[in-house]
Amino acid sequence: MTTTATEYKLCELMICAGAEAFADNGEVLATGIGIIPRLAASLAMKTSNPDLMMTDSEAWMVSQPNAISGRKLGDGQNQESWMGFSRIFDNVWGGKRHAMVGPSQIDQFGQTNISALGGTYRQPKVQMLGVRGFPGNSISHKNSFCVPAHSKRTFVSGECDVVCSIGYNRKRLPKGYSFEDIALGVVITDLCVMDWRGPNHQLRLLSLHPGISVQDVIDNTGFELSISDSVSTTTAPTKEQLAIIESLDPKGLRYKQLLNNPAGDRR
Amino acid sequence: MDKVVSAKDAIAQISDGMTIGIGGWGPRRKPMALIREIIRSDLKDLTIVAYGGADVGMLCAAGKVKKVIFAFVSLDFIPLEPYFRQARQNADIDIMEIDEGMLLLGLRAAAWNIPFIPTSVGLGTDVIRNASDLAVIDSPYDDKEWVAMPALKLDVSLVHVDRADKRGVCQIKGPDLYMDDWFARAAEITIASCEEIVDSDYFSGADEARFVYWERSETNVVVPISGGAHPTSCAPLYGFDVEHFKEYNASAKEDGFDDYSASYIDGKDESEYQQAVGGLDAITSLPLPIY
Repeated sequence: MTTTATEYKLCELMICAGAEAFADNGEVLATGIGIIPRLAASLAMKTSNPDLMMTDSEAWMVSQPNAISGRKLGDGQNQESWMGFSRIFDNVWGGKRHAMVGPSQIDQFGQTNISALGGTYRQPKVQMLGVRGFPGNSISHKNSFCVPAHSKRTFVSGECDVVCSIGYNRKRLPKGYSFEDIALGVVITDLCVMDWRGPNHQLRLLSLHPGISVQDVIDNTGFELSISDSVSTTTAPTKEQLAIIESLDPKGLRYKQLLNNPAGDRR
Repeated sequence: MDKVVSAKDAIAQISDGMTIGIGGWGPRRKPMALIREIIRSDLKDLTIVAYGGADVGMLCAAGKVKKVIFAFVSLDFIPLEPYFRQARQNADIDIMEIDEGMLLLGLRAAAWNIPFIPTSVGLGTDVIRNASDLAVIDSPYDDKEWVAMPALKLDVSLVHVDRADKRGVCQIKGPDLYMDDWFARAAEITIASCEEIVDSDYFSGADEARFVYWERSETNVVVPISGGAHPTSCAPLYGFDVEHFKEYNASAKEDGFDDYSASYIDGKDESEYQQAVGGLDAITSLPLPIY
């Protein structure tokens, strides 16, 4: 028996929507980079998909997700195997992984950027992280995205400044590949939930967070979206989900992820 | 055989223009004392291959670098390395920007004496468009195209380990060895700094030998420097120095690297460096991070 919560924060709505993305994945490594994605993957492992695998974000696989806050040095964890960084690539290239990441730019093809903004290869205007593991992740396993501030700065027109991950772009499709070889999952933002299953893998609006309009999403996206006639409202968290999230984040790091920590229902 | 030398003598084996691999990962177990020794030297025009952190940032800021081969340069809790960022935005350095896993494959190819390793990683992205030294090839076995990740042959690798004997048996007891074994194997000369020198029979006890990840033939030079990873971590012995990294990061916005270097590196030896950051006891008391 579950009870829908009446009061919850937007970060918690996004965590629960993110958890849904991992529900039908089966036995894969769930990697959430950042507080909201990590809590989403952890919540899924605690509820809808106990077969998920997870690391401690350092060097071990754990059979139960660690809390992301409130842990002290020397606190135990439920280790089940070593999983150092070199072994992560063995898992990545085998494909049994679903990562949820937060790119700085996402374009109409589902290509993303965390490397640099503007300028040239030799002289970017703004150096960011570098491509990190995005190229390998994107061609090897499923990837979902989490965007804390849905805007045209993130959902850019044209292509990303530096294309770090493969997307549904005919012009860049490698020889021998089809779009079926690329697995983009959902996009969770502070406004809505989307996926890449519109016509020709166009970004498609699935649900709006309470109090957000279709026009809000259109106005903040730099390219055309697929919008069905009946867009639903993102499912509110249950009290049971909120209790699990609290146990995973007793210090409330999740409340510092979105500007001004908005309520989940903005009606 | 005795491979133990001073940091200065170890660094003397490096020449201008060489390709240098650096072990560790971001702010974790970097051979920082060796990096500081390079900064004190006259070396220049180095090509650096690393899972980069302040090692890469400091070398760029000190004008030692011609090119960086990287997937990221980050201090983790401070996401953007301040001096790497400056070097990039000022176009001070050449780069080859590749995926983290491609870097691993390049080290493996070098270690195994093969010219490249085929991979799908990089396909469909700007990695293959931008890095002019990356070839995309047809396969003799299927109809797909593949990235031919070239061997990243290193003249010298620098790693920091927990302990070693004088013959170069190196032990890493931390939770992750990162790619240090591949850096050691990919290099002509591997210089390992270590927290302590132990007798060879140390490794015969209990499971100690299980934490030795490459053969001593891959380690050419051993440099004992307790605290030598500071300000990066050397788990389980000490964590990274958050306050020092904050000061380092702030220096990029204020007086710049010359000022940082004057405080900590230039004209100081390693024991003077350690005094300037609070002493060896303070370093080895730094708490481990919780992820």
